[in-house]
Amino acid sequence: MKMIEAIVKPFKLDEVKDALLEIGVQGMTVSEVKGFGRQKGHKETYRGQEYTIEFVPKVKIEVAVTDAQVSRVIETITRAAKTGSIGDGKIFVRDLTEAVRIRTGETGEIAL
Amino acid sequence: MNRLTRIMTAMLPVLACAILIGVTGLYAQEAGAPASAVTAPLVQEAAPAAVPVQPKIDTGDTTWLLVSTAMVLAMTAPGLALFYAGMVRSKNSLSTIMQSFIILCLISLQWVLWGYSLAFGPDKGHLIGGFEWFGLNGVGLEPNVDYAATVPHQAFMIFQMMFAVITPALMTGAFAERMKFGSFLVFTLLWATFIYDPLAHWIWAVGGWVRNLGALDFAGGTVVHISSGAAALACAIVLKRRLGYGKEHMAPHNLPMTVLGASLLWFGWFGFNAGSAVASGALATSAFVVTNTAAAAAALAWMVVEWLYRGKPTVLGAASGAVAGLVAITPASGFVGPMASIAIGLGAGVLCYGAVLWKSRLGYDDALDVVGIHGVGGIWGALATGLFASKAINAAGADGLFYGNPAQLGIQAMAVLISVVFSFVGTFVILKLVDGLMGLRVSEEEERMGLDLSQHEERSYS
Repeated sequence: MKMIEAIVKPFKLDEVKDALLEIGVQGMTVSEVKGFGRQKGHKETYRGQEYTIEFVPKVKIEVAVTDAQVSRVIETITRAAKTGSIGDGKIFVRDLTEAVRIRTGETGEIAL
Repeated sequence: MNRLTRIMTAMLPVLACAILIGVTGLYAQEAGAPASAVTAPLVQEAAPAAVPVQPKIDTGDTTWLLVSTAMVLAMTAPGLALFYAGMVRSKNSLSTIMQSFIILCLISLQWVLWGYSLAFGPDKGHLIGGFEWFGLNGVGLEPNVDYAATVPHQAFMIFQMMFAVITPALMTGAFAERMKFGSFLVFTLLWATFIYDPLAHWIWAVGGWVRNLGALDFAGGTVVHISSGAAALACAIVLKRRLGYGKEHMAPHNLPMTVLGASLLWFGWFGFNAGSAVASGALATSAFVVTNTAAAAAALAWMVVEWLYRGKPTVLGAASGAVAGLVAITPASGFVGPMASIAIGLGAGVLCYGAVLWKSRLGYDDALDVVGIHGVGGIWGALATGLFASKAINAAGADGLFYGNPAQLGIQAMAVLISVVFSFVGTFVILKLVDGLMGLRVSEEEERMGLDLSQHEERSYS
């Protein structure tokens, strides 16, 4: 099992969600986050006083998937979240050692 | 130097435009002058030697003055309260609103009890009014010929009250986000009594020594704006910078609120300037027109200069520009024509933007730019009155430099200097006194927490 963590532009959330549902992903967790990569935020000016806003609002999508799904999910998120301009975000993949469905107590891939 | 060159280049076209419009205006006014001169009432300067004015209440004049009074009230709350509250951080927004709101209450009482008497009461040595009118004793419903022969004396009194209210409220922008509420109340009361009341007497009251010099200040450029601007500088210096100034993010927390406030200020300013005719008629109309024109010109000027210099036309810039233009036209509003008001507005937009930029280099923390907008705008307006004033607009006024009377510019400069020095020094002394007695600043912890919670145990947004 893998945990796929995608940081994307907030307005891309719906497209990514729909694309993932289409390929059979059953659930995901979404959070509003702030951060920066090479995009490095933006400038704001108030009466000549400049502020650099480094931390840009992004959305983090977490999806737990079976090993078989990994490449398809990554490919789907990449396609749906891409605008081609700087700041499109990143996808991180890590190993997932266990999953539990709380209601039934099922564990492993069946609990995803 | 490179930045300086850039800003100069950005400002040049606008300034050149301002001068051109001003000069063109001379001819335009000369052509259309006689018509407007006919009915201009002699209000502010009731000539003593001339035909004695018969006091008689005019319902039109009284209506306009009472409506104007309510409009000037709206400048302080909600106008100024929102204008300032939008510019502070959210943790201080309620305390900023509270300062304007409570000044309205505090000075309303001070004015009725002794403020009006000190400012406009029977002259004592050209310096101050006496206590004869304490508690509005003798200030009744019959007109007072010295100030307004066609409205009840109390109508004039309460109109003037709103000016006494807004002046200290303007200053709150300088010490925003860091002053103890109790000390602020004491300071405001002392300031109104020892700075505003005498200054209003000098410049407006019968017998006041600056008025006797022949200084022109139609609606309070020196008394309200220069005095609050100079006092604001003293506040910024004595209270020192906010914690984290220059390092932390101190951007305005709600600009729509600020624009709403600026627009309400603009609305109320018609009462401030056109109401200062103390009559409903030709002079009030002329003041109304130039007030609107100058505000519009200044907002555009600030926006354009900022656009050229920084690359973006900002909303805060346009709103600040409008206020700067309103400030600058204030002393001139009863003495200049529409073309001159465009020049005054353009000049205000450019000069005040420059002043606001300069602030960050000088290093003092005038949080909401009271010095840059009210001080600099007020000084420009007072001097511009000495340039553009014309007896064709108001026979009771005087001609300025461009109408062949260079001496008027000198008198205006004198009035500026007197107001700046008196207000700055006096404010400095009062601040030091209050600081010694009860301290001016909140503790570091309270400042970090924000004044809304630390001073009032409330929050704007919960």
